[in-house]
Amino acid sequence: MFDLTGKNALITGASGGIGGDIARALYDAGASVGLSGTRVEPLQALADSLGERAYVLPCNLSDSESVEALPKKAAEAMGSVDILVNNAGITRDNLFMRMSDEEWQSVIDVNMTATMKLCKGVIRGMMKARWGRIVNISSVVAAIGNPGQANYAASKAGMIGFSKALAHEVATRGITVNAVAPGFITTAMTEKLTEEQKKGLLLKVPAGRMGDPQEIAAAVLYLASPEAGYVTGSTLHVNGGMAML
Amino acid sequence: MSDVADRVKKIVVEHLGVEEDKVAENASFIDDLGADSLDTVELVMAFEEEFGIEIPDDAAETIQTFGDAVKFISEAS
Repeated sequence: MFDLTGKNALITGASGGIGGDIARALYDAGASVGLSGTRVEPLQALADSLGERAYVLPCNLSDSESVEALPKKAAEAMGSVDILVNNAGITRDNLFMRMSDEEWQSVIDVNMTATMKLCKGVIRGMMKARWGRIVNISSVVAAIGNPGQANYAASKAGMIGFSKALAHEVATRGITVNAVAPGFITTAMTEKLTEEQKKGLLLKVPAGRMGDPQEIAAAVLYLASPEAGYVTGSTLHVNGGMAML
Repeated sequence: MSDVADRVKKIVVEHLGVEEDKVAENASFIDDLGADSLDTVELVMAFEEEFGIEIPDDAAETIQTFGDAVKFISEAS
């Protein structure tokens, strides 16, 4: 349904479950994809399984020089960056009273500051092209909070406010900036939960099941498509009804 | 008129869609030529490209008029 032929997309956190499916969805719609992440092996495996329009672009998002170099590397590899998906994220959970400054800062740095820097690195090209799509992967906890995740919730809520402000600034140039807020999705991050924890969580999800990474990828694909050109500054909640916003 | 001024004027006319004779020495991009703040950023980007120079943000802020742009670029290139 959505055609991204000729578009070049940069996806961070592509070695993860959600990032990998986002890359696949954009690739299958015809885009070239720059796969970024810290671990080269899974990125290479993903690139191999996709095909010749996939490029491996390793980057450590907690290293600011590496972050600043990424948009350039992506543009060199693919010719441009028309679609940016800020999907990479980390957690350093702790009760707020025990949370160290380091736990706070590392999450803010990777989830929020790297997002800002990557946007800065691609926005110039998008302005000139009069076309661009930025999709920031936030989280349901940005809206409803979660104990033990003061840092993560702050960073994910920050991404939403950031997206809206940027959306205002660049809307006249054909660039949209949106967020996708996943609920509980089956990934390595949620695999760490015990069965009991999962059962407790699912009580809060009207759909009664965890989400599939492909269901996040579909939301990203829509927001990245030409058809979503009039959607900007919005947050698409994909959470099985856990938070109806 | 110098070559730099001609090239700057061409960019301004194209980008802002204004008449060439409106682009006077002291014409302000925002007050006289109808640019918004994002237009001024884009003009600076276009100047950088046309003349192969880097215009740092603090210098870009001082470029308010056509004359400012010509003066800065003449000195920088």
